[in-house]
Amino acid sequence: MADFEPKITAFVCTWCTYAGADLTGTSRIKYASNVRVLRVPCTGRIDFMYVLQAFAQGADGIIVSGCHPADCHYTSGNLHARRRWVVFRKLLDFVGVDTRRIHFAWVSAAEGAKWADLVNSVVASVRELGPYDEYRQAIPSHIRPGGVAA
Amino acid sequence: MSALHDAARGILESGAAAVVIGHGEGTATGARPLFVRDPAKAGELVFDERCVHNLAVYLLKPEVKALGRAALVGQPPTLRSVLQLAAEQQLKEGDVILLLPEPDGGVRQVESFADIERAVSEADAQLSPEERACLDEVAALPREERWRFWQQEFTRCLKCYACRAACPLCYCTQCIVDVNQPQWIPVPPHPLGNMDWHVVRAMHLAGRCIGCGACARACPVDIPLNLLNQVIEEEIAGQFDARAGLSASASYALSTFTTGDKDTFIR
Ligand code: SF4
Ligand code: SF4
Repeated sequence: MADFEPKITAFVCTWCTYAGADLTGTSRIKYASNVRVLRVPCTGRIDFMYVLQAFAQGADGIIVSGCHPADCHYTSGNLHARRRWVVFRKLLDFVGVDTRRIHFAWVSAAEGAKWADLVNSVVASVRELGPYDEYRQAIPSHIRPGGVAA
Repeated sequence: MSALHDAARGILESGAAAVVIGHGEGTATGARPLFVRDPAKAGELVFDERCVHNLAVYLLKPEVKALGRAALVGQPPTLRSVLQLAAEQQLKEGDVILLLPEPDGGVRQVESFADIERAVSEADAQLSPEERACLDEVAALPREERWRFWQQEFTRCLKCYACRAACPLCYCTQCIVDVNQPQWIPVPPHPLGNMDWHVVRAMHLAGRCIGCGACARACPVDIPLNLLNQVIEEEIAGQFDARAGLSASASYALSTFTTGDKDTFIR
């Protein structure tokens, strides 16, 4: 497991966290390169199916991040999303999905350093948990998407 | 039973409704849904403990709507379904008459949403003791074993979608599982794709499920899938103090928010 590099998929809103991650770069803060950032208009746009699809296609951990409450570009997209996540986390936990692999955060456009810390800590914790093969093994190998090794 | 027959006959004869949806004798020992349009056939209605289907599922079907106004032989879950459909703007005042068999053999007729609201309570749609025991047992398992439990359950799923067809609140004309551009839910019935289906079904009913259990009863392979809905409804009741099917005008728990909603899990 020592050489296991976790794959982290991050769903971030374009207005806050994406800009924040950009600031991390322009501030020349170094952080783990395990994260694939996917930009969406708003946290309210993050369908829970994205999370399931990411796990199925090889993600070992997931970050969902957007604007702090009261900062949403669309006023309340993040607050609607928050309710959905409360319910979704409960359901995933009940069906036995490892919710320790799904991380939610509010990262503003000014929080470049918070983004770096977030990614580093998620990578470290998922590295600890190991690859999420348990999830992908539920797909028969001949139809596993992208030939993901599991 | 004769009070039910009389009420149904009266409604059909007066033209108050064009069809009475209730139960009739099935081919074997069970009861099956029965649509009575001819007053002379009102005597074929039966009502006993075998009548477990949630008949509200028929109310939005185009072919049933085309018959005209419907009267339903109702039970508490039917009433809650009607209220939830009303809250979701799928039924309007006066669209349906409910015939409620009473323990003393009489039949009560309710029509207005206000009267239906008075006739329902939170205690109406509860898990059976066996279902409650199963839910608590699964919830108490270590996470890995919960995963294995549900994978074993989902492995049996045939993707027949009988659960969807039996649910009064699953009324979308195009369901996400029927969409293939993009294909959100894998077609082959492998355990992971089946889990996708179950998560989607439960999430799309979150805050809307009235707990009738029709989905689980419809399942040919006995997957206790209503437990997924139940877990969600209990979370929504606990976190947001919202319950489906008690009011014809309540707003949907997930289309609103408060600034104090729980966010201890968010960094
Ligand atoms: S999801 Fe199941 S229990 Fe809930 S309303 Fe639909 S059929 Fe009834
Ligand atoms: S009724 Fe049962 S077998 Fe059919 S799709 Fe639903 S859960 Fe699967």
